[in-house]
Amino acid sequence: MKTFELVKDFKTAMMSPVTGEQKIKWAPIIKDGVMAAWPICLGYLAIGLAFGVIAEKAGLHPIEIGFMSVVVFAGSAQFIGVSMLGAEAGIIPIVVTTFMVNLRHVLMSSSLAVHLKGVNRGWLSLFAYGVTDESFAVNLTRFRDSDWDWRRALVLNHTANIAWILSTVAGGFGGQFIPAGAFGIDYALIGMFLCLLVFQLQGLLYAIVAVIAGVFAVIFALLLPGNSYIIIASIGAATIGVFLRRSKYFKGEERAG
Amino acid sequence: MMNADYVLVIVGMGLVTYIPRWFPLFMLTRRQLPRWFIEWLDFIPAAILSALVLPYLVTAGEPRHLDFCRSELIVAIPTLAFALKTRSLAGTVLVGMVLFWLVGFMF
Repeated sequence: MKTFELVKDFKTAMMSPVTGEQKIKWAPIIKDGVMAAWPICLGYLAIGLAFGVIAEKAGLHPIEIGFMSVVVFAGSAQFIGVSMLGAEAGIIPIVVTTFMVNLRHVLMSSSLAVHLKGVNRGWLSLFAYGVTDESFAVNLTRFRDSDWDWRRALVLNHTANIAWILSTVAGGFGGQFIPAGAFGIDYALIGMFLCLLVFQLQGLLYAIVAVIAGVFAVIFALLLPGNSYIIIASIGAATIGVFLRRSKYFKGEERAG
Repeated sequence: MMNADYVLVIVGMGLVTYIPRWFPLFMLTRRQLPRWFIEWLDFIPAAILSALVLPYLVTAGEPRHLDFCRSELIVAIPTLAFALKTRSLAGTVLVGMVLFWLVGFMF
C-alpha cells in the first residue's frame, strides 16, 4: 500500500505533462529548497570538515565516514559515536547513547507533523530521514509562510544531507589543511538559530516560553551530563506555556499556528 | 574495507536515530490532535531553539560550568539585536560570522 502510494505520487509528479491538470513543477521547488538550505550548508561545511578530521584520526577511512554520514545523519551523535568507537566501546552502549542523544527529534517531528497533514507515508518516511535540529528550525519557520510546502521542505532536508555527507568525507580526506575557524564559519549555525528564534517570538507568551526554556536548559545542562537538558527544558517550558495561555492573563493572545 | 562490526554499529546507530524522527510523523499526521496538544506543539519551536542556543552561549567545559565571558556570548548580543531589527536570516548569519571572526583576532 505504502509503495503503491509512493509510486502513484511519484508518477503524478513526473508524468504530469500527460495529465496536465495537477502538474507539479519541480524546478522552482528544487530551487526554493536549495536556496533556503544555504545557512545550514555553510554550518555543516564547518562541522562536517571538523568531524571528518576527528573521525579520520580515530582510524576511520573516508568511505567509512561517508557510510556513517549516509546511514546516521546526525552531527552530535556521530561525534559521540566516533569518540566511543575510538575508546573501543561495545555496540550496545554506542547505540543506546545515540538513541538518547537523538531522542529530542521526537519533539521536532511532532511539531513538523502539524504541517505535514495528508502527505503519504512513503514521502513521510523519506522526510523523517532528514529531520535535524537545523532542517527542523528552517522548515518550521518557513511553513508559516504561504510559499512553503512539504516538497520544498523535503528538498531542503536532502540538500542539507548532501552537504553533510560531502563535508564529512572531505574532512576525512584532508580537512586538516583547511584553517580552522576561517571567516567565522563556526558561528553560522548559531547565527541561524538566533535569527530563527527571533522569528518564533510571535507574541509575549512565546518570548516568555523561550526565556523559561533557556533558563531551564542552562540549569539542567549544569546538573546533568549529555544533552537531555534540551528535551527536559523544552517540554517543561511548552507545558508552562499551555497553562499560561489558559490563565486569565493571556486569554486574548492569538495562537500563531 | 569496512568490517562487519563497524557496519553493525552504524546500522544500529542509524535505526535509533531514524525511529524518533519517523514515529511522530507516521503517527500524528493522520489523526485529529486534541487542542491542548496543538497549543503545546505550538510552543515547542521557540522552546527548543532557546534550549539549544542558551546553554551553548553561557556554559563551557566538561563537566559544564557557567561562563559569561565566552566570545560566543559576546557576539550573540549584537547578532541577536541585528536579527530583531532586520528580521533577515541571511544578514544575521553573515553578521554573526564576521563578528565571530573579528573577535577571534582580538582574544
